[in-house]
Amino acid sequence: MRETVDQKGKGSLVQGTYLEEAVSYAIRLKGLTKYYGRMRGIEGVDLTVGRGEFFGFIGPNGAGKSTTIRLLLGLVKPTGGEARIFGMNVGKDREKILSTVGYLSAEAAFYPGMRVKDVLELSAGLRGKSDRLKSDRLEIAKSCREAAGELCERLRLDTSRKVEELSFGNRKKVAIVCALQHDPKLLILDEPTSGLDPLMQKEFFEILRERNQAGTTIFLSSHILSEVQHNCSRAAIIQEGRIIACDRVDALYRMGIKRVGIRGRVDLSGLSGVQDLQKMGAETLNFLYAGEMKPLLAALANGEVHDLTMTEPDLEEVFLHDFQEGNT
Amino acid sequence: MKILRHELRQGRSACLIWTAIIGFLMIVCIFLFPEMKGEMEEVGDIFASMGSFTAAFGMDRLNIGTLIGFYGIECGNVLGLGGAFFAALTGVSMLAKEERDGTVEFLMTHPVSRVRVVTQKLIATAVQILFLNLMILGFSFLAMALVGEPIPWKEILLLHLAYFLLQLELAGLCFGISAFLRRGGAGVGLGLAVMAYFLNLIANLTDKAGFLRYVTPFAYCEAAQILTEGKLDFRLVIVGMAFMGIGIAAAYIRYCRKDLMA
Repeated sequence: MRETVDQKGKGSLVQGTYLEEAVSYAIRLKGLTKYYGRMRGIEGVDLTVGRGEFFGFIGPNGAGKSTTIRLLLGLVKPTGGEARIFGMNVGKDREKILSTVGYLSAEAAFYPGMRVKDVLELSAGLRGKSDRLKSDRLEIAKSCREAAGELCERLRLDTSRKVEELSFGNRKKVAIVCALQHDPKLLILDEPTSGLDPLMQKEFFEILRERNQAGTTIFLSSHILSEVQHNCSRAAIIQEGRIIACDRVDALYRMGIKRVGIRGRVDLSGLSGVQDLQKMGAETLNFLYAGEMKPLLAALANGEVHDLTMTEPDLEEVFLHDFQEGNT
Repeated sequence: MKILRHELRQGRSACLIWTAIIGFLMIVCIFLFPEMKGEMEEVGDIFASMGSFTAAFGMDRLNIGTLIGFYGIECGNVLGLGGAFFAALTGVSMLAKEERDGTVEFLMTHPVSRVRVVTQKLIATAVQILFLNLMILGFSFLAMALVGEPIPWKEILLLHLAYFLLQLELAGLCFGISAFLRRGGAGVGLGLAVMAYFLNLIANLTDKAGFLRYVTPFAYCEAAQILTEGKLDFRLVIVGMAFMGIGIAAAYIRYCRKDLMA
C-alpha cells in the first residue's frame, strides 16, 4: 500500500508526497518470506532499522542475508510479507527507493572493457532519471563527479584503469564509490570489506562513520563479526532464514554469557551452561559460561584456583553460542 | 537513453566484426561474378537440373548467370545465415548476459525500471541490426559499382529489406528467450537460426511441408520469389512480425516479473 499524505490533512506535505519525512524507520520488514521454488530463502522475517542507525546483519553462509538484501533492493519478489524503505513499499516504489539507496555488492562485478571512470559515470548517469530536466541531470552528474573524485582520492583508486585489470580489492573500491557518490540516505552493504587490505578497511569504515554521523542509515551485512561489533549500534542475527536475535550490540553482549579462564584444578562436571570447553595442559581451562553464577562460584571455591579471568565474550562467541543453541 | 548508449558501446566490437565478416564475404562474391559470369551460363543449366536440390535453393526460378540471380543465391545465403546468426546471438544474450556476468546487481540497483531496461536493450538490438544491414547494403552497392555491373536497385533493396525483417524476427524471438535464461544462450540462438534455415529448405523440397513456410522467416526471404514477383510475400511477413511481437511481449512480461540473481 502506497502511503500518501492528504494536502488538507497535512499542510506541510503536498498531496502524493510520501510519508518519507514522517516515518522514523529506514527499513521495516514484516513477515518477509522468500522461497526459491521449494528452497527456503527467508521465512517470516520481522525487522526494523531506525533512521540514522548503523545496523549490523549477521549470519553464517546460506542463512538468508543475501536474500534479505535482494528483497530490499527489489531484485527478487517476496513470496509473502512486506518490505518498506522510508515508508515506501519496495515492490511498488522501487525506483524512488533506489534513488535514495547506495548498494555495495559482495561480488563487485562490472562490464568488461570499461575504465573505472566510465563505470562511475555510467552509475551517476543511471541516477539521473530521464524525466528530469536536463539541468537537474547535469547537476546530479556534477555532484556525483565531485564526490567520486574525493572518494577515489581517499581510497587511492586509479580511475584510468580498465576494470578487468583490477584486483578484487580495487574492484571493490569502484563499487564503494558507486554506492556512495550520490550521497544516499540509506547504504546497504553486503560483505563490504572482502578483498580490501586492512588500511583500506580502516579508511572505508572512517568514511562510513562520517556518513552515518551526517545522517545516513547504514545496513551492514557481514559474517565478519568484529566489523559489526566495532561499528554497529544494533544488530540482528539471522539463522536458517529466521531472525533469532535483534538487539543493541552491547545488549547482545549482555546475554549473560561469560568467557571464563582458569589456571588450576576445578571440577566442572556438575555445572550446566558450560560450552566451548578448552583444556590447555593439565591445569588451564577456558570455556563459555551461560549458567547461574552461584554454582560456578561454588565450583571454583571447591577447586584449587591459581588464577581466574572472567571477560565479556566478543560478538563472535555470542553468535556462535546462539548458533549452537539454535541447533540444539 | 543511458542504457541504450551503454549497450551500443558494449556491443560495438561484436557488431563491427560481424559487419566486416559478412561485408567481406559479400564483396568477394560480387567480385567473383564477372569472372564466373561466362561459366555460369553453362553451370546454370546443371544447377537448374538437380531436382529437389535445385528447388530447395530456389535455383529453378533464378538465372545464376545474371548478377541479381547470382546475388540472390550466393550473397543471399551469406547475408541470410550470417545476419541470422548475428541477430540471434545479439538478441539471446541481451537480457541474459546481465545475470550471466553478474552485472545485474550493478544495473538493477540503480533507479531504473525493468521496463526501461528491456525497452532500451530492445532498441539497442534493433539499432545494431540496422547498422549491420545498412553497412552491408552500402558495401554491396559499392562492390557492384566497382565491378561495373548495372545495379538492380529495386530487387536488391527488396532482398535486403527481407533479410532485415528476418533478422528482426529472429532477434525478437531470441530476445524473448533471453528473458527466461540466466546463463549463456548462444547455443539456443544459433540453434534457432540454423533450424529456421533448414525448415525453409525442407519447405522448398516438398509441398507436404509447405506449412513450414509460415514458421520460418527464411520463407519470406526467398530470392526466387522476391525477384520473380518483384515484392515480398506480406502474408509471411505479417506472420513473422507476429512471432517477433510475441517474443518481445514475452520478454517484457517475464523480465518484469522474474527474480534477478547474480
